Amino acid sequence: MSFRNTPLAVIQDVDKETLLTPELRAEIDKHVAKYPPEWKQSAVMPALTLVQDHNGGWLSRELMDQVAAYLDMPETAVYEVATFYAMYDLEPVGRHKVCVCNSVSCMLGGAEELMHHIEKTYDVAPGGTTADGKLTFKEFECLGACRHAPVVMVDKAYHECVTPDAIDKIIDDLD
Amino acid sequence: MSDDKITLEIDGRLCTAAPGEMIIAVADREGIVIPRFCYHEKLSIAANCRMCLVEAEQGGRPFPKPIPACATPVGDGMKVLTRSKKALDAQRGTMEFLLINHPLDCPICDQGGECELQDVSMGYGEDVSRFSERKRVVKDEDLGPLIATEMTRCIHCTRCVRFGAEIAGLRELGATGRGEDMRIGTFVEQSVSHELSGNIIDLCPVGALTSKPYRFTARAWELTSEPSIAPHDGVGSNLQLHIRAGEVMRVHPRDHEAVNECWISDRDRFSYEGLNSPERLTEPMLKRDGRWQTVDWQEALHAALAALQAPGPDRLGCLVSPNATLEEQYLLQKLVRALGSDHIDTRLRQLDFRSDAADPRLPWLGVPIAELEQQQGVLLIGSDPRQEQPLLAHRLRMAALDGATIALLNPYAVGLHHASLQLVAAPPALASELRALLKALGKPVQGATAKIGSRHRQIATALQAAGKAGQGLVLLGALAEADPDYSLIRALAAALAEATECKLGFLAAAANSVGSRLAGSLPHRLPGGAAPKRSGLDARAMLVDPRQGYLLWGLEPDRDLADPSLALAALRGAKQVVACSAFKSAALEEVADVLLPIAAFAETAGTFVNTEGRWQRFQGAVAPAGDARPGWKVLRGLGTLLEFDGFAQNNAREIHDEIAQACSRLTPDNQFGDARALISTTERPAPSGAELTRIGNLPIYASDALVRHAPALQRTPLAESLAVHLHPQQAAELGLTEGDRVRLSQGFDHAAASGAATAARAPVVLDERIALGCARIPAAVDGSDMLGPCIGPVRIEKIEA
Repeated sequence: MSFRNTPLAVIQDVDKETLLTPELRAEIDKHVAKYPPEWKQSAVMPALTLVQDHNGGWLSRELMDQVAAYLDMPETAVYEVATFYAMYDLEPVGRHKVCVCNSVSCMLGGAEELMHHIEKTYDVAPGGTTADGKLTFKEFECLGACRHAPVVMVDKAYHECVTPDAIDKIIDDLD
Repeated sequence: MSDDKITLEIDGRLCTAAPGEMIIAVADREGIVIPRFCYHEKLSIAANCRMCLVEAEQGGRPFPKPIPACATPVGDGMKVLTRSKKALDAQRGTMEFLLINHPLDCPICDQGGECELQDVSMGYGEDVSRFSERKRVVKDEDLGPLIATEMTRCIHCTRCVRFGAEIAGLRELGATGRGEDMRIGTFVEQSVSHELSGNIIDLCPVGALTSKPYRFTARAWELTSEPSIAPHDGVGSNLQLHIRAGEVMRVHPRDHEAVNECWISDRDRFSYEGLNSPERLTEPMLKRDGRWQTVDWQEALHAALAALQAPGPDRLGCLVSPNATLEEQYLLQKLVRALGSDHIDTRLRQLDFRSDAADPRLPWLGVPIAELEQQQGVLLIGSDPRQEQPLLAHRLRMAALDGATIALLNPYAVGLHHASLQLVAAPPALASELRALLKALGKPVQGATAKIGSRHRQIATALQAAGKAGQGLVLLGALAEADPDYSLIRALAAALAEATECKLGFLAAAANSVGSRLAGSLPHRLPGGAAPKRSGLDARAMLVDPRQGYLLWGLEPDRDLADPSLALAALRGAKQVVACSAFKSAALEEVADVLLPIAAFAETAGTFVNTEGRWQRFQGAVAPAGDARPGWKVLRGLGTLLEFDGFAQNNAREIHDEIAQACSRLTPDNQFGDARALISTTERPAPSGAELTRIGNLPIYASDALVRHAPALQRTPLAESLAVHLHPQQAAELGLTEGDRVRLSQGFDHAAASGAATAARAPVVLDERIALGCARIPAAVDGSDMLGPCIGPVRIEKIEA
């Protein structure tokens, strides 16, 4: 729990070869290699990201449990990480994620207006997915690009100084 | 002053501290109060509540901001102010934030009156909240029958989460979500199922986690508090009983660093519920013409005397619960010996007494409990430590986290929350596994030997290294004690300890197992540990060779004996059975002729001697249920009526002093008399044909009558019911699958004694941890009374649907 102690490792009684997919395991191993063996759990964030991308943008409980087993950590510790960070989704999502930053600079720069626009135009509430399954609209904590507020992250790309017209165009170009 | 000490000033007081100590730890030692919620001396530092902010300066330069006392190490010449304006402002600010989301439901909160948040807010809180927005509400989770939740009250100190990770070793609770959405919970609905889980109730500084059985039954200020000692395992945890109107309302731990630190097991915490069980025996009763009649004590005592005298010397057997107090055990042996019988025993779950003559003078743990944590190598033979001795298992876990090798040899792999090396072998092969370990050490061994595997070598090497460092231990547990080859196992264990220079230790199964040796309530021990001229019959022999009369003390014959079917047969055949018990049961009512109600835990004064040989006295805290009397008074009454000498004590203290005097020269000692000869003892052959070996382990919440009558514990996932746990491969060989119902029969080995083999029905559970050739069928649960020896051959037949 504290950084003074090595974290609680849980040796789960499963064959690691049966977890996830061989490709994912190889990718996760690259991240595991960056940390001392007893801090293997530090690779949980990249692991979750990899697994989420592989699973169409969201994490099921079973997948989180598999990540926990693969990294020899308690399941709860994985749930903690996955629920803390906004970039992990724990329910099925649309084909694309449109994430509008809601922090101070963006708010002052017109993020609220942008969000109202998306809500109205695409008939989707923050956190929801459009009826056609094209996009999931998320209100996001600071994206860290305040200089060019408001910022929108569409899938993995940042778009800066976004206006309602610009976001329409970005969304139209998706798929 | 030595170099490794530094001095600092807290609130103008000069304090000495070790480098690296936190300010709050030094302040606590000095008695300077700093408010805190998340800090706990036994847990890691989280520094997330920010309540312990203080002002400080180092080398004349003030810290720019108030600093958390729990996470700031002391420095030489540091000046700390805990009550300055800056410090108090910071603490008040923190308090205001903590109270923002905390509901104002103290009047209906169980923690009210003993709440750290309430106390601190009295000191630092404002009268009126400036927060007029909506408070957050958190959905509750069901954490099972022991812990009640009201998560809206949670202030996110994470003590419970850290307890899970650091002490229990099982991270069930976590802090999910972020910011306002952060909550403590299991995330997935599940009961908390750890044997120490109740401690999070004490750790929780607010009313978020409270005791479910105690919920809404009393207020903190209505309770009086009495010290006591836990009556279950060999630890003898120090307790604080909270009492209202003569009723134990709940049990809390009492700090005792050398014994239980600040923890207690759930068994010690919630077993008090059994005191108010409707099954309590509250009046003396006599069986007349097959019907039970309530009588007064005078009549009951005379009837008991007649029943005890009738069989005549040598034909009376006395079976005593090892949870009975030292005083009770002492007076019992006095009474039984004065009646001319030497047949008294407390080793109810033991089957093999062949090496009694070689018994050590006072078998004990081998090291003080606190030193378990310093061991570098421990081999547990026949022990499921988390079930048997939850707090010793915790100490062993601490040793394991510190790098010790914990090895176990059991008929099934036990669940542990730390690294361990486990050897699994069917009971008939446990001895050969020990021989394999000896062989791996290069010692000559006789008899059949298991193949030496890499794990044997690993364990042998680790024990040798630990032994050389003086920090090695070989421990014998309850499953070893219950083994029909116990003599052989412990002789081999002793040989192994000698070969590796490790200490040998015994895990005392019950609260007063060690006490039996002191009180002399054993067939081969007099008070003070001396051997009598002639040894009496042991617990098994007096059932195999039935007595005419029996005196049963504090036990249920269908649950507390190693071989219930043998016991019940012998008791049914006896002419007179006098049972002194705090509980009535169908089996007791069937076999007994006189039932005397005795005081249970918390109702009598007495002494328990724990597994490290520590004498712990306690007083009765509440009056016995109904017309029950403290056991020692009942025995004194019987002794006096018989006009025997030595029954004139005025109080439990005098009996204690008498025993203490008899034991003044007896110190814990695990040295065997002459055990070496026993290594050549031949072991039983493995059962053949359709038979498997039953492993009748004692589930954690079936250990004694009090626990068995505690309803909340019985509803936890750890409470077991009768089932046949088989390795999937074993099940396949028998043509069984999960959930099949089978007929179990045991007892054919003593069919002559009991008249007929008995049978029980149970479902099959598949479990890969069980050794092949075995079936784990728990003892002391409903239905197990139909079975024979805890460890012995069992026949399993499928019941066709």
